[in-house]
Amino acid sequence: MSQALYTFPSLASLRQALQTRQLSATELAQESLAEIDRTRALNAFVHVDAELTLAQARQADALLATGNAPALTGIPIAHKDVFVTQGWRSTAGSNILKNYVSPFDATVVTRLLEAGAVSLGKLNCDEFAMGSGNEHSAFGPARNPWDHQAVPGGSSGASAAAVAARLVMASTGTDTGGSVRQPAALCGVSGIKPTYGAVSRYGMIAYGSSLDQAGPIAPSAADLLELLDPMSGFDPRDSTSAEFCNGVANAPGRIRADFERAQQQYSGGTAGQPLKGLRIGVPREYFGAGLSNDVATAVESALVQFEKLGATRVDISLPRTRLSIPAYYVIAPAEASSNLSRYDGVRYGHRADQYSDLEDMSGRSRAEGFGAEVQRRILIGTYVLSHGYYDAYYLQAQRLRRMIADDFRAVLSAQCDVIMGPVTPTVAKQLGVNNDDPTADWLADIYTLSLNLAGLPGMSIPCGFGAGASGAPLPIGLQIIGNYFDEGRLLAVAHQYQQVSDWHQRIAGQK
Amino acid sequence: MAWEIVIGLETHTQLSTQTKIFSGSSTRYGAQPNTQANEVDMALPGVLPVMNKGAVERAIRFGLAIGATVAPYSVFARKNYFYPDLPKNYQISQMDHPVVIGGSLSFFVGDEEKTINLTRAHLEEDAGKSMHDDFVGPHGESSTGIDLNRCGTPLLEIVTEPEMRSAAEAVAYAKTLHSLVMWLGICDGNMQEGSFRIDANVSVRPVGQKEFGTRCEIKNVNSFRFLERAIQYEVRRQIELIEDGGRVVQETRLYDSERDETRSMRSKEDAHDYRYFPDPDLPPLVIAQGWIDEVRASMPELPASLRARFVSDYGLAPVDAAQLTSSRALATYFEETVRALPAGQAKLAANWVMGEVSATLNREEKDIADCPVTAASLAALLGKILDNTISNKIARDVFAAMWLGENGGQPEAIIQAKGLTQINDAGAIEAMIDKVMADNATIVEEFRAGKVKGFNSLVGQIMKAARGKANPQQVNDLLKAKLES
Repeated sequence: MSQALYTFPSLASLRQALQTRQLSATELAQESLAEIDRTRALNAFVHVDAELTLAQARQADALLATGNAPALTGIPIAHKDVFVTQGWRSTAGSNILKNYVSPFDATVVTRLLEAGAVSLGKLNCDEFAMGSGNEHSAFGPARNPWDHQAVPGGSSGASAAAVAARLVMASTGTDTGGSVRQPAALCGVSGIKPTYGAVSRYGMIAYGSSLDQAGPIAPSAADLLELLDPMSGFDPRDSTSAEFCNGVANAPGRIRADFERAQQQYSGGTAGQPLKGLRIGVPREYFGAGLSNDVATAVESALVQFEKLGATRVDISLPRTRLSIPAYYVIAPAEASSNLSRYDGVRYGHRADQYSDLEDMSGRSRAEGFGAEVQRRILIGTYVLSHGYYDAYYLQAQRLRRMIADDFRAVLSAQCDVIMGPVTPTVAKQLGVNNDDPTADWLADIYTLSLNLAGLPGMSIPCGFGAGASGAPLPIGLQIIGNYFDEGRLLAVAHQYQQVSDWHQRIAGQK
Repeated sequence: MAWEIVIGLETHTQLSTQTKIFSGSSTRYGAQPNTQANEVDMALPGVLPVMNKGAVERAIRFGLAIGATVAPYSVFARKNYFYPDLPKNYQISQMDHPVVIGGSLSFFVGDEEKTINLTRAHLEEDAGKSMHDDFVGPHGESSTGIDLNRCGTPLLEIVTEPEMRSAAEAVAYAKTLHSLVMWLGICDGNMQEGSFRIDANVSVRPVGQKEFGTRCEIKNVNSFRFLERAIQYEVRRQIELIEDGGRVVQETRLYDSERDETRSMRSKEDAHDYRYFPDPDLPPLVIAQGWIDEVRASMPELPASLRARFVSDYGLAPVDAAQLTSSRALATYFEETVRALPAGQAKLAANWVMGEVSATLNREEKDIADCPVTAASLAALLGKILDNTISNKIARDVFAAMWLGENGGQPEAIIQAKGLTQINDAGAIEAMIDKVMADNATIVEEFRAGKVKGFNSLVGQIMKAARGKANPQQVNDLLKAKLES
């Protein structure tokens, strides 16, 4: 019997149906493939291969038949096209990798496959994860399922859109400056960026190596746990992945254990006030000029809800929040300018048809292969690393980065357990807005960038709706920030909120 | 005008690890192109570098051997430049914080001992190879081929202060460094395969001037002989240029061994801006004192300490001790020979190892490790000299036979088979002397009249009559006595 994904309220209920054989992974995959085909207008997928997907689904069914299948067996997911995959093309949303097929899978892809998940293919994104609207993709923009004229956010725009439209139950994204949290917020789903080093970057096409971190997107915090826990863990192939997290081995099971410990603590509290004792820091800098009324109102309501759950609210200050924009837009482009120099037309990827010599070949291939936003950031990055400018830009930005991290450490060690605030200043903008002012979008990253600079974990959960420019109601996200490797508690706190709210159960087109 | 030459050397030593510095592929030389390059070496999308511990261990070894500081904290940086055989289009190297800081190396230039200070040594990855000349593309067209097998091979770049003052000093330093890295087992030293590559920074200045002249960097010097000639050519070029009223421009020059000249490769104006910055894919390299201690404990006795011991224990001249410690195998061979001889005969062993043994090895282009005459056999041969069975001269013939493996390579058996036993019987020797004196009455007379020059001719004829076997000391003594009587 075929059944649409949106009829399952959670990943757990879908797993229940699969494990009890009420429906088969193959049927589910076929249904998802059909739904992806029906919703092509979203432009969410850049590569679908039914054969590959169905082969994984059949294997999942075989496992399910043994009664001994891992937790995610048969769950339909999809990967942001920044993760390299065998079989499916891996393009990073760029013409320069238009037909590139990787000979190996990213560690995240391998881990989710081993956990049993079935991949529906590759999801659209901003080129090399540079953008916040999924508009800078060589494959055209992905759309927001709540309003096709609005952006889904970015750079993991389609990762959020595909979950919001329930084309898949969950997806992977990457977050360098907000690229998981921001699209999750704009599409009304949940997303988490774990602590830098919690998840392997091996096989993730690099943008800003010291900032990049993979994270899942799913309807709820409880669903996120099901993906993040098996995804995470030390990887000997990634020297920046953590071997230990606060003394505990970084391996699947760590985040789940922390989540359960927190849950236990909350269930033992005063009736109706499970979060009693939790101190929520609310940075006043996150509520200044530029924040729209509807976002401010929705976030405020969520904070009130948390207070009802027993939490206390602490007014805190993160004075260097504004400086995160210049710091980020120096460091990320600097790293990107070097990371992207390997795309030169020599060994793989796009090579220009006509050229006069080696240098001309690389130059033309790159000029043809990279889009405008990528070229802009490569130029900025090259400039800030240049002789004579390095100290004034790159070193200065690194200094700011340390100060921003110190600010977070100070408040998280003395004043509060978690920090909450908005993810974005406004709801999703309409497609094409700011096209003539490329840096205007950068300013909207103000609430998300500092987290990547500090390496801290943070998530976004749906907390209401605001009015989009077209009049359609568009989702709003609440950001929850925690201390290093505190993913389990973050998810548990969010889960408590989602027990008493239903924003995460609203499904685009099904309301 | 008198000119002073100033030379500093940068040496790229390929470290002898089985696998590459940041990937698991093999470093073996000579494989089919691109068969030893994996996804990391090819810089496919998504790959990341992982530090090879063995490369760090070798850097520590080197640092300890030259008395340098092994940095407890060093940083890998990206050196950005586009080149087709550099797949990432950046090289992972170390810039502001190298793994080895300071240290020095002592060696002999002729009889004079010289000490050169090192600036630093840092870890980095090698690039691949571009084949511009003899490569034919898939359609028969002339093309550029790229072989990434070498890409990612670990390098230790060893940089000296500009303290050398002649080509001879530079060569002596380079040879000493070359033998040291092989001694330590951190590099195979094969210059033909590019395992040990030297760049020379050369400048000249009027004697007495404090400031350095403008320097040129000479690349592509793949033998000690070429190093010497390249420096000599470059020094001549710079002096002539200045004396003709010109100016030296800072540039990189390539040595062409066929034409024995250096040629401009690129000038400072078109030098790259490498945009160095710390590599975000690699955490800082932290070396704990415990690891340094462990490496120190596993180190072989170093040439400098062995040299000092040869001088103090065996009474060798420092310059001889330096030569005998030019490689670990040679030093071991020498010491095994000495230990098999009676006490006080180290000088004899040294003369033989540096003389007959080394000369034959050179002639046959063999390494001491492949010497067919073992230290024990050599000691047996020298024993025959010491007990007067044979003369030093006859011993050389016996050595040649031992080299060829005659009579099982045993000196005793060869002496017996060839009847080379020395004649020590005074009566027999006197009979030969009498005959030669009788045949050469004129020379004898002239000698007695004061023309002592004829003595050697008489000795020669006596030895000839004895077919070389007469005890030379006895021949001398007896002949002298008879002539003067």
